[in-house]
This record gives sequence, C-alpha cells and structure tokens, in this order.
Amino acid sequence: MSYHAARWDEPIVLELGRPGRRAQVFEPAPPADLPESIRRATPPALPEMSEFEVQRHYLHLSQMTLGMMGVNLFGTCTMKYNARLNEHIAARPFISELHPDQDDETLQGVLEIVYAFGEILNELSGMDQFVFQPGGGADAAYTHACVTRAWLEARGELGVRDEVITTIQAHPCNAATAAAAGFKVVTLPLEEGGYASVEALQAALSDRTAALMVNNPDDMGVYNPDIKRWVELVHEAGGLAFYDHANFNGVMGRLRARELGFDACMFMLHKTFGAPKGGGGPAVGAYGCSAELEPFLPRPIVRRDGDRFALERDAPQSIGRVREYWGNVPVVVKAYSWARAMGAEGIKDAADLSVLANNYMEKRLLAIRGVSRSHPDATSPRMEMTRYSLERLTRDTGVTVFDVQNRMVDFGVDAFWLSHEPWVLPEPFTPEPGELWSKEDIDLWIDTLERIVDEAYRDPELVRTAPHNQAIHQVDGTRVNEPDVWATTWRAHKRKLGAAVA
Amino acid sequence: MTAHPYMANSAPDLRQELLDAVGVADPEELFTQIPDDHYMARPLSLPPALASEGELSRHLRRTLSRNVDCEQALSFLGGGVWQHHVPAVCDEIAQRTEFVTSEWGTPASDLGRNQAWFEFASQLGELLELDFVALPVYSWGCAAGHAIRMASRITSRSSVLVPANLDPERMAVIRTYCGFEIAIETVAIDTSGRLDLADLEAKLSEETAAAYFESPGSLGVIETEAERIAALARSAGAETIMGVDPLSLGVLAPPGQLGADIAVGSTQPLGVHMNCGGGAGGFIASRDEERYAREYPTLQVSIAPTAVDGEHGFTMTLFAQTSYGQREHGKDWTGNSVYLWAIVNAVYMSLLGPEGFADLGNLIFARSHYAAARIGELPGASVRWDGFFKEFVVDFERPVTEINAALRERGIFGGGAISEKAALYCVTEVHTEADIDRLVEALAEVTA
Repeated sequence: MSYHAARWDEPIVLELGRPGRRAQVFEPAPPADLPESIRRATPPALPEMSEFEVQRHYLHLSQMTLGMMGVNLFGTCTMKYNARLNEHIAARPFISELHPDQDDETLQGVLEIVYAFGEILNELSGMDQFVFQPGGGADAAYTHACVTRAWLEARGELGVRDEVITTIQAHPCNAATAAAAGFKVVTLPLEEGGYASVEALQAALSDRTAALMVNNPDDMGVYNPDIKRWVELVHEAGGLAFYDHANFNGVMGRLRARELGFDACMFMLHKTFGAPKGGGGPAVGAYGCSAELEPFLPRPIVRRDGDRFALERDAPQSIGRVREYWGNVPVVVKAYSWARAMGAEGIKDAADLSVLANNYMEKRLLAIRGVSRSHPDATSPRMEMTRYSLERLTRDTGVTVFDVQNRMVDFGVDAFWLSHEPWVLPEPFTPEPGELWSKEDIDLWIDTLERIVDEAYRDPELVRTAPHNQAIHQVDGTRVNEPDVWATTWRAHKRKLGAAVA
Repeated sequence: MTAHPYMANSAPDLRQELLDAVGVADPEELFTQIPDDHYMARPLSLPPALASEGELSRHLRRTLSRNVDCEQALSFLGGGVWQHHVPAVCDEIAQRTEFVTSEWGTPASDLGRNQAWFEFASQLGELLELDFVALPVYSWGCAAGHAIRMASRITSRSSVLVPANLDPERMAVIRTYCGFEIAIETVAIDTSGRLDLADLEAKLSEETAAAYFESPGSLGVIETEAERIAALARSAGAETIMGVDPLSLGVLAPPGQLGADIAVGSTQPLGVHMNCGGGAGGFIASRDEERYAREYPTLQVSIAPTAVDGEHGFTMTLFAQTSYGQREHGKDWTGNSVYLWAIVNAVYMSLLGPEGFADLGNLIFARSHYAAARIGELPGASVRWDGFFKEFVVDFERPVTEINAALRERGIFGGGAISEKAALYCVTEVHTEADIDRLVEALAEVTA
C-alpha cells in the first residue's frame, strides 16, 4: 500500500496563537459611543494569530481532506469534474461583488446568464419556467410542497387535499418537506421489480391526494416503466406530479419530465450540472414547472424584453420566498458554463458513458465474493448506478459496510455511499461512476473493494479496526448523542470535560 | 470524434474497451428499462457547445462584463447582504480543491473539513457566548424560520412575535417556513426605531412560542432593551430568539449574555463575498441544553475520541433526529446547505481574533456615523434614527428611485429603498471617509 493521508498534528484553532498577535488590522477608529449596558464587556475568546499562522492552519486542514483528490464514486451525488474555469470566473468581482438589489441595468450580464440557463433547463425538461432560489435539492422539494399548497388554495382545496404520496426509495427530503408543509405522507413500498406497483399507487390515491413526489430511476438504478401511467393516475385523482430529478444523469437527453406528464421537476446543479459539492453547498435545487404553476413560483424571476433582462420581484399568487434573494448565483453561472461546455451532444454522451461505466462496474463487482445486487431478478441493465449488498460478507465475516467504508479511505478511495433510510437492502452500498472517472480510476476502485473483501475473509480485524493510515484512527461516536458528552463547540467540550474530571 | 475534456472515457479506444467488456455494441442497448414511448418527442436543441476553454471563457467574460459590480461602483446597498472586506486568505481557502470537491466522506478521511466545521461552530460560539452551534442553513431568514419552528415545538405553542420593521426578504422566508401553522404577529416599533415594549408586553400571551427580535434591527438601530425583552418573553413562557450581525459582536454584548435562548443571523459578513445574494448563509445557536439541542433540524459535528487514547476527531451528532434519519418524522428537513462558506467563516474569525472584531466594530460604527452625520447636514435629507450600527435610514424629500438613478450616473449605488422617499444606507469598513464625502457631494447635487 503506497497511499498515506497527510497527517499534520494540527490543534484546534482556539488552542493556537499567542496574546497580542494579529492577522488583520484595520484603520484606527475611536471606541464606539455605546451605553455600557449593551457594550461587550469581555472580548470573545478567539485565537490571536499572525496571518501566516491562520493561512497555514487551514491549508493543513485542507490537506487532511480527501475530497476528490482520490477516486470518489459517491452514488446518488453524481461526482463530476468541477471545471476550474468556472471557479475562476465565479470568483471574479463581476459575480462575487454584485449586490442582488442593484438596479437591473447594472446586472444585465448575470441576468442574461440566469435567463439563458433557465431556457436550457426548459429544453431539457419541457417545463415552462425555472427558479434558482432553492439552496439545494431538499429546498426545491420544499418549494414544491409550498407551490402545491398555493395551487390548492387557489382551487379552494387546501385542507381537503392533504396527502402527499412518495415511495420508500425516494429521497427522504421529499417526505420530510411535504410533512413540514403540513401534508400527511403516504409512502409506497417496493415490489418485486424494484419499484412500487400501479395497484399500490391506485390504492393510495383519493380525493385527499395533493401531490406525488418521486424520483426515477431510483437509487438502485431501477427505472419505473409505469411512470407515465402513474402521472396520469395522479392527475385523474386531482393531484400534482413532481419529478425529483436527483438521478438525471442516466436519462438526460433521452426524456423530458413534462412530456411524461409531470407538472414540476427539480435538478441539482451541484450534482448533474457540474457545480462542486463544497462538502454540502452552496448548492442549487433548480425548480421548474408548467405554465399552470408558474404564478405560484417564488420570486424573483428573470424576464426578457427584447435584449434587456429584468427581475420580476413579486407576483400576486407567488409563495413569496423560500430563501432571501434570487439564489446561489455563482452556482447557476457554473452550471450554465457546464451546459455550454457540454452542448446537447455532450450531455447525451455523458448519459451514455455513465450508464456504460455503471454496467462495466456491475460486471466486475458481481464477480467479487460476498457482493450481490438488489433485486437479482430484475435483469435489465441498470441505469447510472446500482445498489449492491455486502450481506453475505457480513454474515461470513462480521465485517459491515461501515467497516469497509473506513477501510476504503486507506487506499485514497473515498468511502462509498450506503443508502438513504430506511435500508430496504441489508448492508447496502451504491457506487456511481458517472462520465468523469477514467476506466483506470474505476478499476482502481473495484480492485480496492476486492482487496478489502479479501482482507475481510482473511483478517476481519484488519478491516474492523480501519482506518490505519489516515491522519487519525477510527472515531468513536458511540457517546456523541449523550448530552453530557456531545460538544459542537470547544467551549462546550471544555466545560463537559471539566465536569467529567470534577 | 475528439474526446471531451470532462469525460475520460470519451476517448474512442476507452469507450470501445468498456463496450467490449460489457458485451454490447452500442450504449443504447443498456437503456432497455426505458419504454419507447417515454423517449423525448424531439431531440435536444441547445445552444452550440463551446468545447474549447478559451472560447467558453471569452463568452462568460464578455457576458458578465456587462455587469457593473460594487468594486466598480461605490455601493451603499445592504439590507440582507453587505459589502465587507474579504481577506485574501479567505479567498484562498474558499478555492482549495480538497474543500471545494469534498462530499460526505468519513471522519478520518475528511478530518480537516470536519475540524474546520467544528472551528466554525466553536468560534461563533465564542462570539455569541452560546455553547451549541449547528452547521449553517441557507440564510438568515431560513435560520429564523427553523428557530421559530423549534420554539413552537419546545413550547407546544403556535404564535410568534416579530418586529414590524423586519426586513421584507427575511419576513417572506419566515412566512414560507412558518406562516401556515404558526401565527405571525408584529410588534410595533417606537419612535427611537426600537421594539415598542408596551406593545410587546400586550401581545405576549399563552399562545406565544417565541419573541423574535434583532439587534441591530433590520433598519440598523441597536436594541438597548434586549435583556428586558428576554425577561418579558420568559415570564410569558415564551422563548427568546435574537437575530444579530456577527460583525457587531466585537463591540456589542453577545446574545448569550443578554438572555437570548436561541440566536440566529447571517454568516455572509464573516468573509464571504455578496455573490449577488449567493453569499447568504444563516446560523442557529442556543444554550447547550437538551430542550434546544433535541429540536435542531440541522447537521452538526461533535468532537469525539478515537480508538487511540488522547486523539480526537469530529463526527455528526444528533443526526438521527434529522430528516436523513427519520424522513417525515424528523425535525423539519435538511439537505445541502452552505458548508463551504462555514469553512470560510472559520478562517475569517481566526484572522480577526478578539482585537480584530473590536477594531472592526469600532471602525464600522465610526464610518457609518460619519456618513449619517454628513448626510444629515444636507437640506433634502434627514437621518431618521440615531443609535445604529452599520445601517441607517435616510428620509429624502424626493423619491428614492430618482435619487438613485442620478447617483448611478455618478457611479454610486445609493441605499436601497424601504419606502418611496426613504432608503437604508449601509456603510462599512470598505468605505473611506473620501468615499463618504463623494457620496455626500453627489447627494447634495441630486437632492438639490
């Protein structure tokens, strides 16, 4: 094994520095003229460091972060190349130093890009209007729940239609945002083919149905072939159909949500459209809908008048805002740039290569002892990812998917994604190769898993005690949910340590 | 066909290797799950691809150069996103590819990121004097919305009191988060620009889950009666949620000391560019008590031991109560947020340190008061309230839209309109006295 993670003995920043050091100074100013009662009496206990000490500390922390420095086939998140050009462009003042309340005349360049990107998404989805205000996929799902409420209210059906239907394989945010918006959630189970049946949907539909919120294909790579029928049935029952396009990568360029009948859909620009993850944002859940739902969309929306662009900042039936301002604009610019770099042909080719690479992986992975696939009877090729199980490995060796995750990173391979809750398959894992990673990277990933499986059979303790060549050893999180132990801040940690010692 | 730079296996030989290994002649054979009648009615029609980086870069730069940014113009816009100096080290760390590309990871392999998150929470906790700090949510309005929902669950009550002059963007978000199940009632603002305590007292009831207020308020005025507000809320059995500007906390008393139960605010001032509003981020913090901690919908990391004595790492705490853990039975919902900005915020707080926050607070106070004093001397303008930090309201005799159009011709973005003839001016450390003098001269011309 030649890989070893960078290891700096890097204290918590609050332990660093010495009194009197400064990393930023400001022009002199007199003490603010404030009443004693509201003036801060004790300075905050922040570190006192030189500028270089701060820079070096955070550079060390970045070096102790694997990110995409190795191979990362994190399923459901569609790891892509995050073009350096886009980071470079978005950091320039013509994006970074814009204020969202500037007069439209001073925002023509960025408004044009936001508008043009909306047109691209309209073409990809068949929808009529997109908004970029939602700060992630879950926020887009919440937007849909709120739009549904407004739509129902306009029809006099709010409170009458109070159920949202989803499936056990849809992302948890669909169920959670529907509940947060006051809906009762009906969750359909999977059946033999790997998807919920038309009959189950029919049984769930009623005059209380407000909306369906569903992904397709799901995180197992299974495509629901009845989805058009589903949408028809939801419409017949009087509800709206929302397409969570989290797994767009395998179907992009082949189908359009609106042509399948959906009223609304969501794309994650930090996944499918090449903007980076950032460890969890800034992100954008681009929410698009039919003309019928457009009046209810949050505002602002960019409108075009000839060659001028303007923000429509409000509308009578709009749900208002799901977040302040008009979205993570740099992320929209990056996604636009990605779409322009790819073009129609490139986008379809990316889908081809993603599905091809996944089927290549599947062939090799299923040859590894202890690895099986969800729904073994569903024999059609999976889409851009496949859900596997290490159930047999766990039964044979006691080594779990968590142990394997911890061991993978010892090889510079990022831990695989398991599954959202609930696990419908024991000991699940879900790689997604996408179009970025080379065959060599994919082979390295598979070779690594194969080696770990072999280790698990020969020396399970080696895997169970992993990782072994990281900056730290296995973290013991067994007590972090106990109030006298958890500490989200250094001050809480010190207090609790003190209490434990006393 | 030329390989695409973003797709390693688009090289013809590699594509063929994969096809051969899978045993198909064409990728189309792998899409048999999709029924024929699901395929798009007509092929994609998109603008032509700009495959060369040079061509794409030129297109983006040409288009975006049509913007006028706040380094080109002299801007006094604030309201919910504020122009501050972003230290160069913040920009460097924000661009580190390890952080930019990180995904879920493990506590060991992404140790550095998790530690930076912990340092975000830890340093913010010092500024706020609160012990429990979550990873940030999308924005200040979202943070306030979640905090109000937390208070509603804690108290089993369903109404919230908010200031009548709350920023309209934040107010709209709070309505979206809470409005359909929690009654939102406004508390009047008194003649000094602060919360009217008599009105607050009259409106606090057995239905009140929380009193939400801000200091400085949305229109800049520092709340001098925060402790009294918290005491009134407490005596009514309600929670106190306080919104703060973190950059004020070098000079203003922290919410933890003033009796706030939950504090919220924007993370953007802590080293993040305005990004056309995309710099927004919101924090939620509270006392470290189960009553609060068990209601957080957010992700957060806790310091934790490792298998080796004396070593520590950082891992998620209270994850099971989120929507990831419990779907519709979780607390509200969570997902991707602005975690890269949290790292930048940590860098910023380390760079400033205690003296930096004090000096910056004093400087912003001095510059904004200098600006207000000078503007107040103009015959066509008056400053509505004193006792502010960073932002203040100017009443004009002419419509703000006319004034701002005239200022724009002079390369100045005037304060945002809050009514036909009133504007909110934001003055920070980026504005020199010469900048302010330039504004005042321009205002003298355009208000005359």
